Amino acid sequence: MAFVNWLKRNLVVLAGLLTLGYLLLPNVVVTVFSFNAPKGRFNYEWQRFSTNAWKDPCGVSGMCGSLSLSLQIAVWATIGATTLGTMIAFALVRYRFRARGAVNALIFLPMAMPEVVMAASLLTLFLNMGARLGFWTILIAHIMFCLSFVVTAVKARVMSMDPRLEQAAQDLYAGPAQTFLRVTLPIAAPGIAAGALLAFALSFDDFIITNFNAGSTVTFPMFVWGSAQRGTPVQINVIGTAMFVVAVLLVLASMAVGNRRTKQKAQALVGS
Amino acid sequence: MTTLTEAPPPLAPAAPGRRPPRRRGRLVPYWLLLPGILWLLLFFALPMVYQASTSVQTGSLEQGYKVTWHFAAYGDALSAYWPQFLRSVVYAAVATLLCLLLGYPLAYLIAFRAGRWRNLVMIMVIAPFFTTFLIRTLAWKTILADDGPVVHTLTSLHVLDLTDWLGWTAGDRVLATPLAVVCGLTYNFLPFMILPLYTSLERIDGRLHEAAGDLYAKPFTTFRKVTFPLSMPGVVSGTLLTFIPAAGDYVNAELLGSTDTRMVGNVIQAQFLRVLDYPTAAALSFILMAAILLMVTFYIRKSGTEDLV
Repeated sequence: MAFVNWLKRNLVVLAGLLTLGYLLLPNVVVTVFSFNAPKGRFNYEWQRFSTNAWKDPCGVSGMCGSLSLSLQIAVWATIGATTLGTMIAFALVRYRFRARGAVNALIFLPMAMPEVVMAASLLTLFLNMGARLGFWTILIAHIMFCLSFVVTAVKARVMSMDPRLEQAAQDLYAGPAQTFLRVTLPIAAPGIAAGALLAFALSFDDFIITNFNAGSTVTFPMFVWGSAQRGTPVQINVIGTAMFVVAVLLVLASMAVGNRRTKQKAQALVGS
Repeated sequence: MTTLTEAPPPLAPAAPGRRPPRRRGRLVPYWLLLPGILWLLLFFALPMVYQASTSVQTGSLEQGYKVTWHFAAYGDALSAYWPQFLRSVVYAAVATLLCLLLGYPLAYLIAFRAGRWRNLVMIMVIAPFFTTFLIRTLAWKTILADDGPVVHTLTSLHVLDLTDWLGWTAGDRVLATPLAVVCGLTYNFLPFMILPLYTSLERIDGRLHEAAGDLYAKPFTTFRKVTFPLSMPGVVSGTLLTFIPAAGDYVNAELLGSTDTRMVGNVIQAQFLRVLDYPTAAALSFILMAAILLMVTFYIRKSGTEDLV
């Protein structure tokens, strides 16, 4: 009976953990299979342990080139989308202007549109204009679909800002530029950073829109897609695992730094 | 698409100025909006117009296309590809429902039961994002492989007999069946369900649960009458964030499915990139867009959450 009660109380925890397992299982498989030595061209069946792929991560022709291209596009798309998106977010929260409804709709629609629709229509535009598909068309597309997500992230942060802080700065004789640089921007920074991170992740991982508008240029997701047809090299799993590990370590490190700062602040407060 | 319930703070009154009349200031919002809005107009709105015009063109790749108001393209596209349309809607709906069923307990766990593990569990939900989703989707080929442990277990439990009878799987295989595609869709879009659910669950005041308990509500009643209604904004934006991309997806159907599981996204992709039949592809994509916008509008009206942006 005690067990049944315990089960009743913790049913939601067990179900949640099962879902977490479902979410993480593919990553476990990707990691394990980065140590595989497959027999054929495809890396779907376990053969035997080997660290060959880890010793030679760029041993597959074209893969590391596509990886660096994806990183470059992601960096530029992040810079572009974050700049444009932050400006829009500030305009939306801080100012009154005409056509606000239309602007809101234009920002909402790209997020409510299946990627394949945006991809196909953008390709029609590029074909009609006779644009050469490649780096620039990919970058244009990525900035376009990352923009709305940056706006939402920054808007949420700017909305929760206390306008009195800026009024206080102005009361203390800070000019508009100084107020913006020393008060507004630092407070909005977490929102802008969140938007930028989201844009980077979305751009780096995008496949559908890129596949339509890339021409013969190959980004990393497109390389993986192509290899699903031709044969999957173990190195793909190496890159996948490395990205996962690096990201988790970065997040843990930033959390540790954050924790230490709060502790130091707390100690300083107690000490005074 | 996070739901923002708090009202925007009152606009800052005009700064007591050393530079009195703010003539220049009136234009500031427009300058701030200009580049981004221009970008969206040029590369999001204008393409939609081009696509609409392409869908009513006739011609061939060699001779070029002309606008002939050939609306029959829509009828032809629908009558040729209605199974794929239907499949997209059904697969996406089932995947969304599964995401809600699977995601809710996890979001609840993070919001109310994780304690000091909260951040860690949160990281574990987001971390898979950092491995390219195509690689993770390919991993399902290994997990669902024909002689793998999952298929063995399902076979020995006679689950596959049932799903075979329902038409979700075929014989002793899971790969290349609707079940595999739905499983992949559910997996890929699950975080998009969990995050908004968590955001709205986290906002719920814990004292409401205590109050419900004090008023003799059983835990399940508390959930049904207090927690779930209050988490509705998360449910709405979660289902939208899951359903929309799932309905347009072609990656899962291509990697985990077969020709019998092709969705409308596969058709659009093939018509555009391989067959080069632009009018049909544009018409299909336009129908998909219209269908999704209609469904979204209807759904938001129904659920009464209009402050999604």
